[in-house]
Amino acid sequence: MSKTLVEKIWDAHVVKSEEGFPDILYIDTHLIHEVTSPQAFDGLRKRGLPVFRPKQTVATADHNVPTLNQLLPIKEELSRYQVDMLTKNCAEFGVELYGLGHPFQGIVHVIGPELGITLPGKTMVCGDSHTSTHGAFGAIAFGIGTSQVEQVFATQCLLQSKPKTMKIEVNGELGKGVGAKDIILYIIAKISAAGGTGYFIEYAGSAIEALSMEARMTICNMSIEMGARGGLIAPDQTTFDYIKGREFAPAGEEWDKALAYWKTLYSDADAKFDSVLTFDAADIAPMITYGTNPGMGMGIQEHIPATGAQPEKEKLSYQKALDYMGFDDDSSLIGKPVDYVFIGSCTNSRIEDLREVADFVKDKRKADNVTVWIVPGSKQVEQQAKNEGLDKIFEAAGFQLREPGCSACLGMNEDKIPAGKYCVSTSNRNFEGRQGQNARTLLASPLTAAAAAVTGKITDVRDLLDKVEG
Amino acid sequence: MLLGTPYLILIDMKKFTKLTSAVVPLNIENIDTDQIIPARFLKATTREGFGENLFRDWRYENDNQPKADFVMNNPTYSGQVLVAGKNFGCGSSREHAAWAIQDAGFDAVISSFFADIFKGNALNNGLLPIQVSDEFLAQIFKAVDNNPKSALEVDLENQTVTIVETGAQESFEINPYKKSCLINGYDDIDFILAQKELIAEFEQTK
Repeated sequence: MSKTLVEKIWDAHVVKSEEGFPDILYIDTHLIHEVTSPQAFDGLRKRGLPVFRPKQTVATADHNVPTLNQLLPIKEELSRYQVDMLTKNCAEFGVELYGLGHPFQGIVHVIGPELGITLPGKTMVCGDSHTSTHGAFGAIAFGIGTSQVEQVFATQCLLQSKPKTMKIEVNGELGKGVGAKDIILYIIAKISAAGGTGYFIEYAGSAIEALSMEARMTICNMSIEMGARGGLIAPDQTTFDYIKGREFAPAGEEWDKALAYWKTLYSDADAKFDSVLTFDAADIAPMITYGTNPGMGMGIQEHIPATGAQPEKEKLSYQKALDYMGFDDDSSLIGKPVDYVFIGSCTNSRIEDLREVADFVKDKRKADNVTVWIVPGSKQVEQQAKNEGLDKIFEAAGFQLREPGCSACLGMNEDKIPAGKYCVSTSNRNFEGRQGQNARTLLASPLTAAAAAVTGKITDVRDLLDKVEG
Repeated sequence: MLLGTPYLILIDMKKFTKLTSAVVPLNIENIDTDQIIPARFLKATTREGFGENLFRDWRYENDNQPKADFVMNNPTYSGQVLVAGKNFGCGSSREHAAWAIQDAGFDAVISSFFADIFKGNALNNGLLPIQVSDEFLAQIFKAVDNNPKSALEVDLENQTVTIVETGAQESFEINPYKKSCLINGYDDIDFILAQKELIAEFEQTK
């Protein structure tokens, strides 16, 4: 029987399937961090249970960590306690921890792929909704709650109902100044913040196939922002080339065996999806969000949709979002002054993101009214940026290169955007207060963020690219 | 349901069968988990105490004074049922959102659409997420508008929710396994642990 990629991987991991019950799904790799794990470890203690497969569990500290002076004790008491608790729990239960100071430390969804832990065909979970990032390799990867973290600790399995499948095809070539972040913001704007709920999404089409692994991760990362459990992309030569030689990737005979299996991981030509959507890459412009959920996005030259044009029962929530942002409906954002630019998060903090920004800001300087933070996704990304001299470019431009962590994406550490201030952010959520109480977030690509940093206002990056070439 | 499943350890998950209660209406769509419990309150390492920060930034000023216009600060409204606009619980997977709602005294949440992870987290804690039609949700909001003390009856066994005043009723879906867990206070770990031999066998085939 023909199967979708999701079905192939799912079926290969079902321990037991029984009518009227969710499947018992085997989990190959469990990633954990300091925020959503302590209560799960406590649960194990209460039940008197060990971590069933500690070698399939990997921990890092990312959500709470400072992004300056990481080797000093964490100043904020509760953050320090939570990070210390992770260290203690990992030691007690025999889990490998890449904590602060470790050369592998970083955002959990950045280190998995760069260490070769994330592989095609795997099932992976983490107590974090952006676990969908790992789907870029052709893995089933999704976020779970803390009770489920405890389940996986205790059994290396999860009770899960098989999700519906959706295929999103993006065909054609992207325009100048348009990247992976714009593709995903465009799709979410088209289908809404709830449009993918209940589905696992497979991204396909020539525009997706042309993307690098890091760009594919940006796409899969934001699957949850349309409500989808996860998103994935069939592995291909780009995937295999990325994985080969990484720290924990299979090598030698193991590599050959793995590669042969990975090459079977695609949706059969006549496989049935529950839903199929198709988009044209040429229709996508640099995107920006104007509201308080990631579905409220538009091409940067467009006007904010009129409140009057919204469905009757949604008008109130829509207007509430615009009021929070301090924007008028039916207005353009071009030229709107910004206060902060944040380049980081599990969506856009990889070396290619940093290279793209550095390439753009070389010989430019940030506007005086803007504070710019660049937070690399991992120690390895930070080191690589320095090896390539990107830190010098950032320094000359007045961009601050900090140390790795989730940082201002969710403001659990000190990196908060002040009340009322506008931040163009490469992260994934523009929810009220996400980056700090009453902070106002505009989601965009690294290039659009860099353009705002240089001009001090919302700018169509294509205008600046034209100038360079002209 | 679950006949013959040997439960090794029964953890004290909250049981749910039936309740009749007034409701707290929150007619806003796309309420994300950052609104339910902002990230800065996720530093606790236990499950308790999140209720006081439920909807923190909608509920309190920066100086901790209650915001008079927020429904939870209006003594007219009370009850064990939270009623909210569609796509409730979107965003982060933080289970702290379900813990906070429960800790603030709610036993059920009604919406016309729930985000997946939130729904799972709620069920895993004995907090019942009830998905109703857009029309029925509008009826509930209207009933509460007319009479803030208007009560709902939630019957898990029969999978119905009723507006007591008008008698309007709708049935709701719930996975039969999850229903059984809620009624009996079982959790998934009890269930999977009973299959450990099967898991070890599965590992041999990989």
